[in-house]
Amino acid sequence: MAKIIVVTSGKGGVGKTTSSAAIGTGLALKGHKTVIIDFDVGLRNLDLIMGCERRVVYDFVNVINKEATLSQTLIKDKRTKNLSILPASQTRDKDALTPEGVEAVLNELSEQFDYIVCDSPAGIEKGAQMALYFADVAIVVTNPEVSSVRDSDRILGILQSKSRRAEKGDSPIEEHLLLTRYNPERVSDGEMLSVEDVEEILAIPLLGVIPESEAVLKASNQGTPVILDNQAEAGLAYSDAVDRLLGEERPLRFIDVQKKGFFKRLLGG
Amino acid sequence: MSDTDFRLKGSVVTTVVLEVRCLNVEQIVQGLKEKIAQVPQFFNQAPLIVDFCACESVSYESFDQLIGRCRELGLAVMGWRAPESGIPSWRTDALLPMLPNASNRKLNIKSEESAPATDPHVVIKTVVEERDVSQPTKLITKPVRSGQQIYAPGDLIVVSQVSAGAEVLAEGNIHIYGALRGRALAGIKGDTQARIFCRSMEAELVSVAGNFMLSDALQNIIWKDTAQVLLVDDALEIVSL
Repeated sequence: MAKIIVVTSGKGGVGKTTSSAAIGTGLALKGHKTVIIDFDVGLRNLDLIMGCERRVVYDFVNVINKEATLSQTLIKDKRTKNLSILPASQTRDKDALTPEGVEAVLNELSEQFDYIVCDSPAGIEKGAQMALYFADVAIVVTNPEVSSVRDSDRILGILQSKSRRAEKGDSPIEEHLLLTRYNPERVSDGEMLSVEDVEEILAIPLLGVIPESEAVLKASNQGTPVILDNQAEAGLAYSDAVDRLLGEERPLRFIDVQKKGFFKRLLGG
Repeated sequence: MSDTDFRLKGSVVTTVVLEVRCLNVEQIVQGLKEKIAQVPQFFNQAPLIVDFCACESVSYESFDQLIGRCRELGLAVMGWRAPESGIPSWRTDALLPMLPNASNRKLNIKSEESAPATDPHVVIKTVVEERDVSQPTKLITKPVRSGQQIYAPGDLIVVSQVSAGAEVLAEGNIHIYGALRGRALAGIKGDTQARIFCRSMEAELVSVAGNFMLSDALQNIIWKDTAQVLLVDDALEIVSL
């Protein structure tokens, strides 16, 4: 049985799709057969971040409606072995996702893969609820600002009350906090919430802190998951997060203000 | 017969008691009308006990007349109490349950009498009957998240935090062994003795028996510290634990 991981946040634009792509790729790099599903029906983005937009023929809704088989629809990643992408439909809306249909697709994927990463749409409505309903593990992506933290808190409540595990009374979904777009300088200036502030408010274990980085935008535009960029702090931070997800101990990096060196100061870097 | 078909339970019911001091039906009805006009929703089909404890004697005619007029005013008369001086002989004709006289009520009457009453014929009081029957305490062990609402018919204990945007309500006391960042409303059925306790006061709103205080006011009293909220003379007090 595959482990179903939902990447969710409530709020939009915090880095769910970037994180789904990075974590899915990271798991595959570690040798686990992984599929990333784009649940954002109508606003398909994952294929762009993964750089496979030109290879989309069929989509998730086609599989649910049995208009295509999974093997026809799954896109095998060209860079990373063990990694597949199930794209969302761009022409439909969230109503095309039925609980029975989603369950059938997840069950079929479960037989072939070790990890199923569900990239949730923003909001708390049907699309987001479908993405988290079958999850075993939730990665709650949060930016260090109050509205994002509030929305994450809301989605944690929904994970506890409206997931399959909650409804069946099974052990609750394993919750992880992933803090993205973290800028240590702005935290020390008091403009951003600190790691400790967010941990205190949300009271769930921290999976990782991804520093705000130009490399993320560059990677998105190039269609390369940022985790493949092992020069970028963001890429390294995602690798650490994947290791922690797999149960390894990794110290937190890139959360303190770095002192600029002499040359950097001289050159205004 | 199966045990699961029904269950006999004790229950606490809040009712309105009409204490009759002087059995002048017309004056009582006039006074009641004025009271009802002030808060019509509260009195609409409100359960009512007519208490004749303070009366010397009650004739069946005036009893019947008063009960009838109360019903016309939209009150649901559910019982009556006989005068202290003795149970009337027409008791069985009343066709209404006669309730035992609460022994501790005498004191209340005296203290009421010393205060200047606005209308000597009618005193309306809300009392909780059957005080010894307690409601079970509700226990919450996980954080109460934004958007969630918890309701407890008795006391409420939260062994975690109450997030901003969450709401906890209890008919009794509320104990929060974490930070209170959302809303907490204790004594929502009117229990003025209810209190709120928390480990860190960061609430959006606290309320006891309908008397509330918002975060702006709380920040000037106690903030991010242990606190209890209680009602003293109809005013909310926030004190450190």
